[in-house]
Amino acid sequence: MTSGGEASRGAPSQGRPPLALTVPAAVAVAFLALPVIGVLVKAPWSSLGDVLSSPDARTSLRLSLETTSITTVCCIVLGVPLAWLLARTSFRGRGVVRALVTLPLVMPPVVGGVALLLAFGRNGVVGKYLDSWFGITLPFTTPAVIVAQTFVALPFMVISVEGAFRASDVRYDAAAATLGASRWTTFRRVTMPLALPGIVSGAILSWARALGEFGATITFAGNFPGTTRTMPTQVYLALQSDPDAAIALSLALIVVSVAVLIALRERWLSGVAA
Amino acid sequence: MTRIFRVATLAAVAVLGLSSCGGDDGGSGGDKTKLTVFAASSLTNTFGELEKAFEKDHPDVDVVISFDSSSTLATQITSGSPADVLVTADQASMQIIVDAGDNAATPQPFASNTMAVVTPPDNPAGITSVSNIDKGDFVVCDPSAPCGEVAAQILEKAGVTAKPVSYGEKVTAVLETVELGEADAGMVYITDAQGAGDQVHAIDIPDNLNVVTPYYIAAVKDSANADLATEWISLVESEAGQSVLEKAGFGAP
Repeated sequence: MTSGGEASRGAPSQGRPPLALTVPAAVAVAFLALPVIGVLVKAPWSSLGDVLSSPDARTSLRLSLETTSITTVCCIVLGVPLAWLLARTSFRGRGVVRALVTLPLVMPPVVGGVALLLAFGRNGVVGKYLDSWFGITLPFTTPAVIVAQTFVALPFMVISVEGAFRASDVRYDAAAATLGASRWTTFRRVTMPLALPGIVSGAILSWARALGEFGATITFAGNFPGTTRTMPTQVYLALQSDPDAAIALSLALIVVSVAVLIALRERWLSGVAA
Repeated sequence: MTRIFRVATLAAVAVLGLSSCGGDDGGSGGDKTKLTVFAASSLTNTFGELEKAFEKDHPDVDVVISFDSSSTLATQITSGSPADVLVTADQASMQIIVDAGDNAATPQPFASNTMAVVTPPDNPAGITSVSNIDKGDFVVCDPSAPCGEVAAQILEKAGVTAKPVSYGEKVTAVLETVELGEADAGMVYITDAQGAGDQVHAIDIPDNLNVVTPYYIAAVKDSANADLATEWISLVESEAGQSVLEKAGFGAP
């Protein structure tokens, strides 16, 4: 995880990397970098301050940061136990559960939003009872934004943590059990600490996916300033009326996500590696 | 250093190759000429019908229509999207491509629309007119789309100061929300209300509160199919085209 480790990995020289690998890799780098460069080149640098200090932009950025933080917590609380269940137990229907976990990955987010409406909407199969029994209606509320984001982000958490659980040696768990630890204690004191890097990277991936989430959010949660209008929606709407503002907002979103990822990497990943 | 240069050159060639094969992808459907029409989402049903008529008269042409908010479509054209015809649900969006010099001829008005209030069929909030739309949770278009601007004008005239629960990014999103019963009411074009049939209950907005929106059509400059674009516009303006629009609830230009 440190630079020293990378250097030692690259050290045993086996000759020049083959062009068949370096060329597609270079294309991939260019392909990923060019859109970002496009934003940087076309950004309205002179009016950047005005756009970003506008109340609309600040409101939606704050909403995005608040909702994605809560979403990440939801993903940890729900995703880690599910990942453990998938990695460490066998039960009937595990294949079905695993397929369900990957479903939001392949489902177009807008379809996910419609599906969420059909489940948790005012007339949805569950939402109907939420409304008539508790008077709770989710759509067009901030919790709905979190529900939509959790729906699309949870798979990243589960897959990442399940991989970490599988990679860590089961014999540590067994050793803890022979020393008299209950399964819950083993999970808390042995399994989870060993899988911490996976949980951290799962959390980062889930957060990033939630931050960029647009389709399910606008379909299920709607679009109202301060309540449900997150940054991606703000960018989309700005594109309809003021493309320059949309570019400025996109730039802000890129900067925020890069900053958070760097901060987390230094704070967490180095600590985990050490 | 030379190796890096060589790799970079190869990469550049590969990227060019990729982008050129991307450009060919659109040409599905054999050797048919493709006519690309960008149209306001409120035209979804009528233009779908006109598309069939046009393709019947031109068996070698594949009409591809992209329906979205007028302002989104106009912005896409000024950003270089390859469209042959732009059709907007307002004058301001058309002005975006006129200002950019992307229109081939002066945009022509060809129809008009007005707005209506729609509720779910059972009208759960008991809304009877636009003036009491705030008896329930209602949705309108986002102010960045033409339908949102018109809705805001009508609500102001009707003296409604309550805010909607959500802003649809385009008119079809508002209609969908009401059809799913997630909102008690929404404001859509009268043609959308008519097109939705039994899915919604429509409430007329009186003329003194309503706003008439003109629809504009123009060929896009540098279109590869300028002749076909002109023919499409002629079809829309023809008696046959106008009768399709009229049947759907559109008014005269």
